[in-house]
Amino acid sequence: MTLTTLRQQLLAGETTAAAILTRLAGEIAARDGHTGAYLSQDLEAAMAEAATADLALPLGGIPIAIKDNINVLGQPCTCGSKFLAENYRSPYDATVIRKLRAAGAIPFGRMNLDEFAMGSSTENSALQTTRNPRDHERIPGGSSGGSAAAVADCTAIAALGSDTGGSIRQPASHCGVVGLKPSYGRVSRYGLVAFASSLDQIGPLTHSVEDAARILQVIAGPDPLDSTCLDAPVPDYLSGLQAGVQGLKLGLPTEYFGEGIDPGVRRHVEAAVNGLAAQGAEIVEISLPHTAYAVATYYVIAPAEASSNLSRFDGIRYGHRAGNPADILDLYKRSREEGFGPEVKRRIILGTYVLSSGYYDAYYGRAQKVRTLIRRDFEHAFSRVDAILAPVAPTPARKFGGAAVDPLHEYLSDIFTLAPNLAGICAISVPCGRTDFDGGRGLPVGLQILGPHLGEAMLLRVARAAELPR
Amino acid sequence: MAQPHIDVRYVANLARLELSDEEITTFQVQLDAILGYVETLSRLDVSGIEAAAHAVPVFGRMRTDEPQPSLLPQAVLQNAPDQAQGQIRVPKVVADA
Repeated sequence: MTLTTLRQQLLAGETTAAAILTRLAGEIAARDGHTGAYLSQDLEAAMAEAATADLALPLGGIPIAIKDNINVLGQPCTCGSKFLAENYRSPYDATVIRKLRAAGAIPFGRMNLDEFAMGSSTENSALQTTRNPRDHERIPGGSSGGSAAAVADCTAIAALGSDTGGSIRQPASHCGVVGLKPSYGRVSRYGLVAFASSLDQIGPLTHSVEDAARILQVIAGPDPLDSTCLDAPVPDYLSGLQAGVQGLKLGLPTEYFGEGIDPGVRRHVEAAVNGLAAQGAEIVEISLPHTAYAVATYYVIAPAEASSNLSRFDGIRYGHRAGNPADILDLYKRSREEGFGPEVKRRIILGTYVLSSGYYDAYYGRAQKVRTLIRRDFEHAFSRVDAILAPVAPTPARKFGGAAVDPLHEYLSDIFTLAPNLAGICAISVPCGRTDFDGGRGLPVGLQILGPHLGEAMLLRVARAAELPR
Repeated sequence: MAQPHIDVRYVANLARLELSDEEITTFQVQLDAILGYVETLSRLDVSGIEAAAHAVPVFGRMRTDEPQPSLLPQAVLQNAPDQAQGQIRVPKVVADA
């Protein structure tokens, strides 16, 4: 059931916040043992909030599942890592949580993720396997795999995730739900455990575009605790949602429809494009010429920032500390060795290398310049079109076991989702069909829509028009 | 095989990571492949292109300099792996004289 429908039922007195939580707890008990989306949930704390929920508020009485890298006062925040799984409890609320609470919502549930949000399958979680609810032999995508799987499995009404290079949109696509990455600076990251600070954004994963708009409306806006969060006014994301696409220009980047795309994905994305054309949109072919460099650029910049951000995990102030250290250096090195999983270590080493003396200009400096070229591609494109249409991922959800052996191959599958983060623009994944793939039947396919920086109102309007009838 | 791009053992030490020999062997191959792929960036002419450190350049934003509520010592210390007398306890850092 959508958040929007549930809200109507709450306002009509047909259900209560406590009844919703009780039902969710039942759904979790029935199905999540197999899906594995939840790392933990605190029903008692949520019930206490439900008792005093103000239903008149925009999200009054609605439980929202939270990716386990966003701090909620008194709750665990494991980041899917052994480093923080032992004893960490959040001493404060992230700004998005404070805003959700102020709008009447109830944070409920800690959702699995790739360790420190590094990955595209949730297989890098050190704590638990999350399965795709549409096919339990397959990954849910990642890194917000728990958030996407719970919404798809109807064990959550809606969820928050974080997106550094596709971590909201790709699992949304793989699980068949809506996933919105807002523009850089639209939503405060205060209280989100930092991965790559020039790329990270928090956003919603939901059953519908309208649900995503309702949550963005609440979490968007300036925050004195995040200097990268913009002062720009927050428009009404709901009033123009049904305006349709008549007369809009929508761009099809040739670089996003080349070789390597699964035929089923291509067929459904093209059908969605045709559907928007049938509603009166003008489809325009465009070029984003530096697309081929996005993966290499991202896998220099993101690990560089990660290596710096994750230096705070040193075994001193919080998290894992190695036993019987010989000296302080031994404490640092063994705490990190014991606490981090392989993908996190790989990225820390990669990031440290590209920032190290003698290599900085060749790798990090060059990648930053290519990032400028990628951003210019989009600026040029958005001078011609209102939004851009593309696939989210080259294939539907794969089976388990692909990432560990060949990380480079896994990175290459992020090709369609990385550039929006590098350019800071907003993007959304909307379900656009089901296809058979590699022995799997009826696997979800997402349409990606890209909007200009702070163009969420336009983005959501196009997404609403592209949404399949429920 | 071509000259390796990266000395994993050396860089891991810079990153304060104690790796096992097995990890070093695995990462060496994987990171060489990734860095080899990153070489594609050298095909582009970036002379005269400004570096983008942020997606949206916003610089020098300051909040007003007024006292704000902050975390209480107890809230900060609750997550410390080891504490004593209201402080975080760590191994001795300075050697005996």
